[in-house]
Amino acid sequence: MGILKVQNVNKSFGGLKALHNVNLDIEEGKIHAIIGPNGAGKSTLLNCFVGKLTPDTGTVMFDGHSLLGIKPHQINQLGVSRVFQTPEIFSELSVWENTLIPCFAKRDGAFTLNALSRVSDNKDMAEKAEQMLIDVDLIDKKDMLASSMSRGDKRRLEMAMCLSQKPKLLLLDEPTAGMARADTESTIELLKSIQKKLKITMAIIEHDMSVVFSLAQKISVLAQGTVIVEDVPEKIKGHPKVKEAYLGEAQV
Amino acid sequence: MKTISKADMRTLFFVAIIALFAPLILNPFPTESGWAQFNAGYPDLMQRFAIYGILAIGFNILFGLTGYLSFGHAAFLGVGSYSAVWMFKLLSMNIIPALILSVIVAGLFSLLIGFISLRRSGIYFSILTLAFAQMSFALAYSVLTPLTNGETGLQITLNDPRIFAAENISGNLPVTSLFGMEMRDTWTMQLGAWDFQFNIGYYICAIFLLLAFYISIRIFRSPFGMMLRAIKTNQTRLNYTGINTRPYTLAAFVISGMYAGLAGGLMASMDPLAGAERMQWTASGEIVLMTILGGTGTLLGPVMGAGFIKYFENIFSKINDTVLHGWFSWMPDGLENVIVWILHLFTGKGWHLTLGIMFMMIVIFLPGGLMEGISRIGKWWKRRNVKNDNTSHNSSTPAQ
Repeated sequence: MGILKVQNVNKSFGGLKALHNVNLDIEEGKIHAIIGPNGAGKSTLLNCFVGKLTPDTGTVMFDGHSLLGIKPHQINQLGVSRVFQTPEIFSELSVWENTLIPCFAKRDGAFTLNALSRVSDNKDMAEKAEQMLIDVDLIDKKDMLASSMSRGDKRRLEMAMCLSQKPKLLLLDEPTAGMARADTESTIELLKSIQKKLKITMAIIEHDMSVVFSLAQKISVLAQGTVIVEDVPEKIKGHPKVKEAYLGEAQV
Repeated sequence: MKTISKADMRTLFFVAIIALFAPLILNPFPTESGWAQFNAGYPDLMQRFAIYGILAIGFNILFGLTGYLSFGHAAFLGVGSYSAVWMFKLLSMNIIPALILSVIVAGLFSLLIGFISLRRSGIYFSILTLAFAQMSFALAYSVLTPLTNGETGLQITLNDPRIFAAENISGNLPVTSLFGMEMRDTWTMQLGAWDFQFNIGYYICAIFLLLAFYISIRIFRSPFGMMLRAIKTNQTRLNYTGINTRPYTLAAFVISGMYAGLAGGLMASMDPLAGAERMQWTASGEIVLMTILGGTGTLLGPVMGAGFIKYFENIFSKINDTVLHGWFSWMPDGLENVIVWILHLFTGKGWHLTLGIMFMMIVIFLPGGLMEGISRIGKWWKRRNVKNDNTSHNSSTPAQ
């Protein structure tokens, strides 16, 4: 049963056809990886899921709702969270506030004029945020300014922010890009444990094949704007079409 | 449940004490001394300190928290003043209905302008607000003359209906009051060579300033305030966190517009007239200067910035050539003339030059405004004390 159904999505930028009849079905509770060479349209596809781009034709259905023509915050309220390629966090706020904001957004919705209560009076929010920071191992950095953290920590914080909302679908855009090996390993472990514990469906765009093969339960290979193969990891590895698409760019 | 933390309570208390004793604090020089012109403790100026403080606090809720730089806040000030004067003309000279109407009208006006301007952010937002404010100024100056009395400005007259006021038999223009207490009433306390003036109008303004300050603290510490600060740092993340930023910015815009309306209403309450020049872009720019000078995004900064600018405007502008010659008369004639000629550029009508230089210095060396200066001094003081402790330790250790 697919939680996210993409059917016949087309998107062009001027003369460039970025996405061409893309069909994708992301199953609930699974980790689904989308791989492909540079310029294959992976990020464009992801942007179509979160309301940043609107496909020219085709449908994107999430949990029975169409995601087309609605705004990013509405899509998030439906239960889709996104981790960006370069961490998007509130860099001028503390780590603590960074984790609190998604908790409040989850509780209060898109807009609440909550101007006279104190942030510190919301004990339930504080508990949630604290638990999340413990889960991603950032609790001792909670008073730090988010901008002063390392890149790996920033990404972990961003994941914590997304996860504290308990999304139904978590989209990850190259979650290990630019990370040291050890950080990559710990990120993989983190994602695995989250998936086990919270049963969150995840869609991952990734370049690092070791990450893809140790995480994904299903892989779609995108090349020149089309899904060329969609299968379980074992079958992707030796697939001739995949090899052709990468042209030896990476050893698959 | 406490509504305000201990540290904030201390800040509020500090402001309250300053406000209460301002007539004493701002009057350090004896009345007859040559320094008396540096005294700021007269009602007119103190009222302005408080009123512009309210204005800057409100502006800071928008600019300091969300980072949206409005260049049109003077429009709300002007609208507030006009509304208040109309209440004085139509109902009575009591300031309460005047203030209520000015806050409401400024709120509605800012809702309209904010709704349109907040479709854009950054420089485009600033330009839109500037355009709206200049439009309001032009309208008030010409087309809307029946409502604003054009370039003469809106004033109260003896023929106004004033339906709730008792019949005026004195033949003098009535004065603004709060249930019988006249705003202009001043009690002068003579203490040795000093004259301290305690003015009803000033204390009314000060009470509103404290109220405004208290509400601003509450907003700063609330989830709403946290969202506003999040808007300043990263709107993209906020959108992808499920927050619709538009209503948040609009709410902040309207709240700060209402603050400006209250300030405008108080201005008219202290002196019941309203002119279009109150809405001009220079007035809007002044509000921006006050906030940046004091410290954007800090609680106390805008109030200090407002006081700083108003002090220089009123005190430096009064130092004319005659005063300067008086100060330097002990010098040889040639030197005296040279010095006076140089200082002449910076005082009297040239006070803007002094303000400009000081503004530049602060922006360059203290980007966080006066508040950053204070916190730096505080840190330096702490470090110095720690060092002293260490050195005393070190010197005592070898002795043992």
